[in-house]
This record gives sequence, structure tokens and C-alpha cells, in this order.
Amino acid sequence: MIFHAEPIEFTRQPGLGAPVWRGRAADGEDLLRFAISVHRRQGRLAALWGCDDRLRDGFYRLHCVFALDEGWLWLSLDLADGGDECPMYPDLSGIFPAANRMQRATRDLVGIASDGTDRRPWLRHGGWPADWYPLRHDAGAAPEWANEPTDYDFVKVGGEGAHEIPVGPIHAGIIEPGHFRFSVVGERVLRLEQRLGYQHKGVEKLFVGADIARGAQLVGRVSGDSTCAYAWAFAAAAEAACGVEPPPRALGLRALLLERERVPNHLGDLGALGNDAAFAFGLTQFLRLKEDWLRLNAKLFGHRFMMDCIVPGGVAVDPNAASLAAIVEQCGAIEGAVKQLRELYDGHPGLQDRFATTGTIDSNLARELSLTGMAARATGILLDGRAHRQGYTPPPPYAALGVRPVTDERGDVAARVAVRFDEIAESLRLLRLLAVGMVAGDTRVEFAPAAGGSGLGVIEGWRGEVLVGVQFDADGRLARVHPHDPSWQAWPALEHAVMNDIVPDFPLINKSFNLSYSGVDL
Amino acid sequence: MIPLLRHIFRTGILTEPPQPAGAADPRREIDRLHDEILHVLGRALTIREVDAGSCNGCELEVHALNNPYYNLEGRGIKFVASPRHADMLLVTGPVTKNMENALRIAYDCTPDPKLVVAVGDCGCNGGVFGESYASCGAIGNVVGVDVRIPGCPPTPLALMQGILAAVRTAK
Repeated sequence: MIFHAEPIEFTRQPGLGAPVWRGRAADGEDLLRFAISVHRRQGRLAALWGCDDRLRDGFYRLHCVFALDEGWLWLSLDLADGGDECPMYPDLSGIFPAANRMQRATRDLVGIASDGTDRRPWLRHGGWPADWYPLRHDAGAAPEWANEPTDYDFVKVGGEGAHEIPVGPIHAGIIEPGHFRFSVVGERVLRLEQRLGYQHKGVEKLFVGADIARGAQLVGRVSGDSTCAYAWAFAAAAEAACGVEPPPRALGLRALLLERERVPNHLGDLGALGNDAAFAFGLTQFLRLKEDWLRLNAKLFGHRFMMDCIVPGGVAVDPNAASLAAIVEQCGAIEGAVKQLRELYDGHPGLQDRFATTGTIDSNLARELSLTGMAARATGILLDGRAHRQGYTPPPPYAALGVRPVTDERGDVAARVAVRFDEIAESLRLLRLLAVGMVAGDTRVEFAPAAGGSGLGVIEGWRGEVLVGVQFDADGRLARVHPHDPSWQAWPALEHAVMNDIVPDFPLINKSFNLSYSGVDL
Repeated sequence: MIPLLRHIFRTGILTEPPQPAGAADPRREIDRLHDEILHVLGRALTIREVDAGSCNGCELEVHALNNPYYNLEGRGIKFVASPRHADMLLVTGPVTKNMENALRIAYDCTPDPKLVVAVGDCGCNGGVFGESYASCGAIGNVVGVDVRIPGCPPTPLALMQGILAAVRTAK
């Protein structure tokens, strides 16, 4: 298949997962031309990572996933071994700004580099030498190295009265670490620049040579709040790579688990958003509902966050009729409680004053930044991997559920609050449909890894699009796994959202996105 | 304002009230832990939580300690913003190389006598991530640890039990 009349032949990835086409760029020019044509048609850069495939076929490889209305295009570019020099590819960040950090992370880990001008390291803070690349097959053991913090070249803002506020890596609250550098005049934020990577714990390296069970365990701990989304994306990728089709009941249960992951995350954030606007009542009320939800998870699935419930080949849980009835009953209770709380939020002038027109991004900017998920929908972009749209059919079981995607055109904190409220309601509706209509049958088929196979899984998690690329080696073990969090695209959007707002509104704006650190630092 | 107050009264107090002995109710366990922590300590306790490299799973459960069911803050056990105000560091891991220095600084900033509690399997022993070019593994590999709370992630009850155990070691 051909897209946009570009001379790259794509083939559809087999299996039951999201629509993915694979293609190969002949050279850097080819890749660049294709990226421009995707951008011109309002497509997005969904993910970018690198591979050292020299043992397999002598090449390094750059993998880019572009998203169009029809689905995802996985384009690979072979890069010849340059000896001591880093193999180079054309910089995509001029077309898709979201590429910048992904390219820098790829250089830090694999030692293939874009020809762009931003050469600052991203994940490497000084813990290992600059010319040692952990994901090269001949990297060997980590070198002995004094772990000295390095300077980072933040963009400086000048002018009378302009000054900087450094925040982090350890933040004031109970939250993951990262560094924020605010340039401000008085209270007004002129610029925010993030420096992340503090959570980098070498996850991608741990996948190399792991068996499928260990891979599933690891991927479920890339970002603890999205364990079901990652586990499903990984399973979908591995299944596509190996020609395994999970049974219908397993797919139904996966969606049930994914929606049961979405609801408590939105509940917790809605409470925290109230709290960040000095409305502690909201936090208490929503955390109570979230706790009720998590306790039922523990009772039905043996884990409050449902870790390790989705596995390659199917699911590891099999709720009976009474369990499904308990889910339906809880949906009713939570729905009523959330509706009451929404009335209180909507009717509270002080709260609405803090939410409205704060942290705004518009849909044009969201498109430029390849933003996905809840944050993109809160700018009016109708983009949800679970829902039908022109030219796109969601993978089962969502195809049959008729998901009603939620949007709001305001793009501010109020919009992200409204989208979360509406998405809770929609998830509760879907959970009832899933629980009542759950088909009988097997929950799991045997998963036999296929030597040399590769696949891409895409799942609409509560933050947005979670992608996992999987490559098996000749022995059926994992050669390379790359998990991609939607936060890669959303962190730069947050930098834009706070511009011209005041410093005290930052916690509120930040919480309205609630992005993952661990998911991007890996 | 009136709908708000009505909602508060309708919700009532959810923090586990004292129960008759022998009742198999997690609420009783929470209440017992509250009393014991305060009895052993005899005063309020301030905690600085430090995420030194976790997947965010442990943080979700630490958040839950402040929900009305566990209501830790309601009993004078408070999470504070600065390690200089803290009696205890509650640390999740594994400690990444990129967080190693920050954790040491936070530890040095916490006044003596201080307690350090390692949270989660990763904090206790490196967990699924272990030690690598990017990870120092267990919290104990970087700073002294008084009590370890295993679990992936540990439940809020396990966290309360661990905090109690740490307070006991201080006595």
C-alpha cells in the first residue's frame, strides 16, 4: 500500500491489533520527504527510537511511527555502521518538534544521531561516559564512572527583571522527580524548560535477551499508573509478531481492565485539581471514590492496580458472573457520586475562576506538537484510538462498543477537567456494556514466540496513545522492546501551556495534564 | 455553599471508627495502627517522601494514605515539602544514577535523629530493575535504611505498618 503517493511501499501488520502498516525508507531523504508529507496532511509523529541490529544484518536502524487518520505507519531507516562516528540521520524536529527529545534519547542510548543542532544529552546526566552507548550489543559491562552531576544548557531569558526559578528534581509533593526551570518576570512565566531523565533506570536494556514472561513483568512497571495500557500494548505487539490471536473473552476482559484503569486515574486527578485550587473537599471526596474502586480491583483481580493481569496470549484473570455484577453495581454508585461532585465543581465560582482560561493550548499548537489523548481532546481534536472516525476502525473489542469520544474546544484547565468528567461517564457506560455482554470461553491461548518476529502495539491509555515496539531474536527471546508514553508529546505542550500564566498556577496546570516521568525516562 | 455542606454531612466521617474487638474489619486494623503510632511516638510525625526512581506505583499508594479511609494526616502524621522539616524519609526506588546525588542531598538535609524507610520491592532490593548502568538498586545501597516495606506496590496498610515499625526502632 502507498500513502500520499510517496515511493514507499507499506504492508499491513497482521493480527487483531490496531491498524499498523510497515515500510522501509530507502535513505534519509526518503524519510524526510515522507515526514513532510505526513505533516502536510496533519499527521503526527507518534514515536521514534533506535536499534543496534548489527548482529542481525549489519545495520543500525531508526524507527519512526507516524500517525494518520487511517492508523499508524511504522517506517524504518537502515543506517550503516560508521565505526567510531555516530551514524547520522536527518533531523525531524524541524517538521515535528516532538522529535527533539526522542532523538536526543536515542543518541544517548544507541549512539545514532540526528544532524540537528541540539546536541545536548537527554537521558545521560553524567552517570556514564558520553561515548558509551548502553543499547549497543557490544557495550559490555557499564564502565566505572564517578557519578558527577553535569551542567545543562538551559535556554536563557534576558531583559530587565527577568530571573529564573529552578524547581526539582525533588518536587514539593508526593510526585516523581524532574527539573523545571522557570524564567519569570514578577509572577508571570515567560518560559518553562523541562529537564527530565531523572527516572531513567535502564528499562530498555533490561528487555534485551529477556524471555516473554520477564518482558511482560517489566513492561507493566514502565509507568505504574498505566500498567494495563502498557501490558496490553506489549501483548498486542508480541502477538502481531508471532501470529497469536487472543480469544474474544480475553479481548473483552482487557478492555474491562483498561477502562478500570482509566476511571481511578481521572478520579484521583479531579480530586487533586480541586486541592491545587485550595478546594480540599474535592480531594477528600474523589480519593474516597478512588479507594472504593481500588479495593474492588484488589478483591476481583488480586491487585489494586491490576498489574500482571494482561499477559501475551490473553489475560491472567477470569472474573465470574458475581464479579461482573459487582462491577456493574459499582459503576452505578460511582456514577451518581461523580455527578453530584461535578455539580459542586461546576457551581463553585472560586474553583471555576482558577480553572477557566488557565494553561491554554489551542488545537493548532496541539497538532504541531503531535499531542494525543485526553490533552489533545481537550483542545477539540477528535482523536481516540478506541473510537471510529473517518477511515479508521478501532481494534476489537472497541469496534463493537461504539465508543463516544469526548472533546472540549477550550484547551484550558477547565477543558481538561470537563473531558475527565465526561470520560469517566463514558468509561462507566463501556464497563457496563463489557460486563453485561462478556462472552464466555477461554481467557488465554498459549503464547509461542516466533524467532525474528517483530510487531507494534498501540493502546489508548488514560493519558493517550501508548505504543510498544517488540523485536524477537533468533532464539525467540526479546531482542529489543521500546515502550513509548504519550507524555513524550505532552511535556512540550505543558511548556507552552504555562507561558504567560502566573507561577502559582503551575501546579494546577501541571496536574491537569498529570504526565508521566517514568514512562518517558525509562 | 449549602449544597456543599449537605454533601459533606451526607458523606459523613469515613475514617475507620473504633470497632469492638474481634471484628474482622480492615477499619479496625487502621484504627489500631493510628493509636499505636501515636502511642509509641507520643507526638506528631513529619514525613518527606522521595521518589528516587520508582515507576509511580508506590506513589499512588502513598497518596492513598491521605484519603479519608486511612486519614494519616488527620492523626498528626504529615507529609512535608522540605527534608529539613522531616523526621522520616519515605523513599521509593530503585535509586537511579540520575537521582543518586539528589537523594544523598535530601538525606543530608534531614535533621538527626532521622528515620529512613525504603518503600516497595524496588526500594528494598532493586526489584524488577535491579542494579545496572542506570540504577543503583536498593535504597540501602545509597543511604542508611531503618525499615523496609516490600510489595509491588505495598498496600496503604502495609505502608502504615512499616511506618509504625520504623517509629518503634526509634524508641
